[in-house]
Amino acid sequence: MDIIAQYGNIMVIMACVFGFFMAWGVGANDVANAMGTSVGSRALTLKQAIVIAILFEFAGAYLAGGAVTETIRKGIIEPSMLSANPELLVYGMMASLLAAGVWLLIATHFGWPVSTTHSIVGAIVGFAAVGISVDAVHWSKVGSIVASWVVSPVTAGILAFFLFRSVQKLILDTENPFANAKRYVPYYIFLVGFIIAMVTFTKGLKHIGLHLSWLQSAGISVVIGLLTMGLGMFMQRNIKIDVDADREYHFTSVEKVFGVLMMFTACAMAFAHGSNDVANAVGPLAAIVGIVHNSGEVAQKAAMPAWILLLGGAGIVAGLVMYGHKVIATVGQNITELTPSRGFAATLAAASTVVVASGTGLPISTTHTLVGAVLGVGLARGLAALNLKVVGTIFVSWIVTLPAGAILSILFFFMFKGIFS
Amino acid sequence: MVNSPILQMFARSPFKPMQEHIVKAQESAAELIPFFEAVMKNDWNTAAACQQRIAELENEADDLKRDIRQRLPASIFLPVPRTDLLDLLRMQDKIANRAKDIAGLMLGRQMQIPQPIQAELLGLLQTTLMAIEQAVLALRELDELLTAGFRGHEVDIVERLITGLDDLEHKADEHERELRSSLFAVERDLYPIDVMFLYQVIQWVGDLANRAQQVGNRLQLLLAR
Repeated sequence: MDIIAQYGNIMVIMACVFGFFMAWGVGANDVANAMGTSVGSRALTLKQAIVIAILFEFAGAYLAGGAVTETIRKGIIEPSMLSANPELLVYGMMASLLAAGVWLLIATHFGWPVSTTHSIVGAIVGFAAVGISVDAVHWSKVGSIVASWVVSPVTAGILAFFLFRSVQKLILDTENPFANAKRYVPYYIFLVGFIIAMVTFTKGLKHIGLHLSWLQSAGISVVIGLLTMGLGMFMQRNIKIDVDADREYHFTSVEKVFGVLMMFTACAMAFAHGSNDVANAVGPLAAIVGIVHNSGEVAQKAAMPAWILLLGGAGIVAGLVMYGHKVIATVGQNITELTPSRGFAATLAAASTVVVASGTGLPISTTHTLVGAVLGVGLARGLAALNLKVVGTIFVSWIVTLPAGAILSILFFFMFKGIFS
Repeated sequence: MVNSPILQMFARSPFKPMQEHIVKAQESAAELIPFFEAVMKNDWNTAAACQQRIAELENEADDLKRDIRQRLPASIFLPVPRTDLLDLLRMQDKIANRAKDIAGLMLGRQMQIPQPIQAELLGLLQTTLMAIEQAVLALRELDELLTAGFRGHEVDIVERLITGLDDLEHKADEHERELRSSLFAVERDLYPIDVMFLYQVIQWVGDLANRAQQVGNRLQLLLAR
């Protein structure tokens, strides 16, 4: 208790710095995976992609990032175990942020496809199980989180498969793909707007004081879906068949129509990514701030302050502007095989899966979900050549990241404990 | 260093290089027309230059083939069976190989084409080349097939092209038969060993059309699923 009274402000400032740094890392590295597909499909220029990423990553973090942040903050650890010495939770959360950050730096250095989410969850479980007690961990919750890491790529893959098959049936495999593209693409745009709005309204927004019933949410979401659909129809109205370009490659004009759709799914992807990944950075921060501001009360029920999500959103944007744009450019330039018709199917499937997980409060890996979605399109015979070795590397990174994050956070936990007490 | 699994997932597509490869094979076969004309004029300098170009194009096709094979390890996931695609590539490559065989043999033996069969031999060669061009046309649809996911309307377009290819091959077969009987009619007046090799050249030119048809068949196998 004294420790928190004495060092409370320093702890909050340190946690803010660590949290901001983590968010910066998410913006610098992970956003590229979410936006790379859109730039790679040539539907967006690099500048457009960055503007979209800035706006929608921030919006996603602020509007829909609450549920996952809550999970990281107090879903993994049993707070009642800590009421005697709440400072342990503060050390642990700081250690987790530091551990995940260090592990990500190491992984990035060696080029391993490590997920921010997995690092932070591993770190929290690690310090709680070893530094506090094995019973301090909500094992059932951890179990469902780990299960969601397998379920989310698979779900995204299945969604992407059927989305792309529907595109084939309705548009690509018909006698007049261009006319059908113009007819059906607005419906897909509606779907994008509707799904994002629906999840945000039903699951988020409580922290900014908006309380809506399910029916109200559904109604507003339909309206938003229709508005995005109208915007899409407005944007595609001037796309005409380009006879010269089509002679060389028959689907040139069709892909232009999909390009409009891809812009919307890129927004959805950035939003989804922001809503899920901001929690990795600000969840531990929220826990620390919660304890310090309530002078040691661990299991408090008050909602977390909105400024924490703002800080996280700002960190992501800072990372994106300072460094992430380079990574987006590299990823985009090298994914040339992804045309808008496939890119949209993969991105929309991944974005929907991620945003639903965000609404449910499950911290998942956006990147791995997108990998699953791309594989789904591949299984629908939509992509030229996919390197399946990546799937193996991802599995290995799962197995390595959890213990690595845990061990690092245990080390940092005892370090902080030694420093402060 | 960019650490992006998304980026690492996308391998280089083998389909564009497949199209480049068959164009190379077609170009090497098309060189046979100036080559034959030079041979018939007994202009061995021009013929040697043509043979040189055919050999170069065949070499370039070989390089492309190697490159495509190298980028298709078993861990690469393709929308079509990998073995079928490699089979198609092998068939495409055989066109260039045979063109090189023909030019090499005729130049090496400085073969004389008897006047009575010259026009017919050129006719057979032209029909054969048409079959090869038709195969190129079918292969040119490969990127559209990929976009359509090897399904639907695009498949019909390619099927039609392959039917056209079959017709051309039949036509080449007929030419070949007629040419053989024309040669048979005059063979007694010629030096026997030369005649043997003439039959060989006729068969090889016919082979070009067969191989073009085989390319069509392999392409059809890619679509059938």
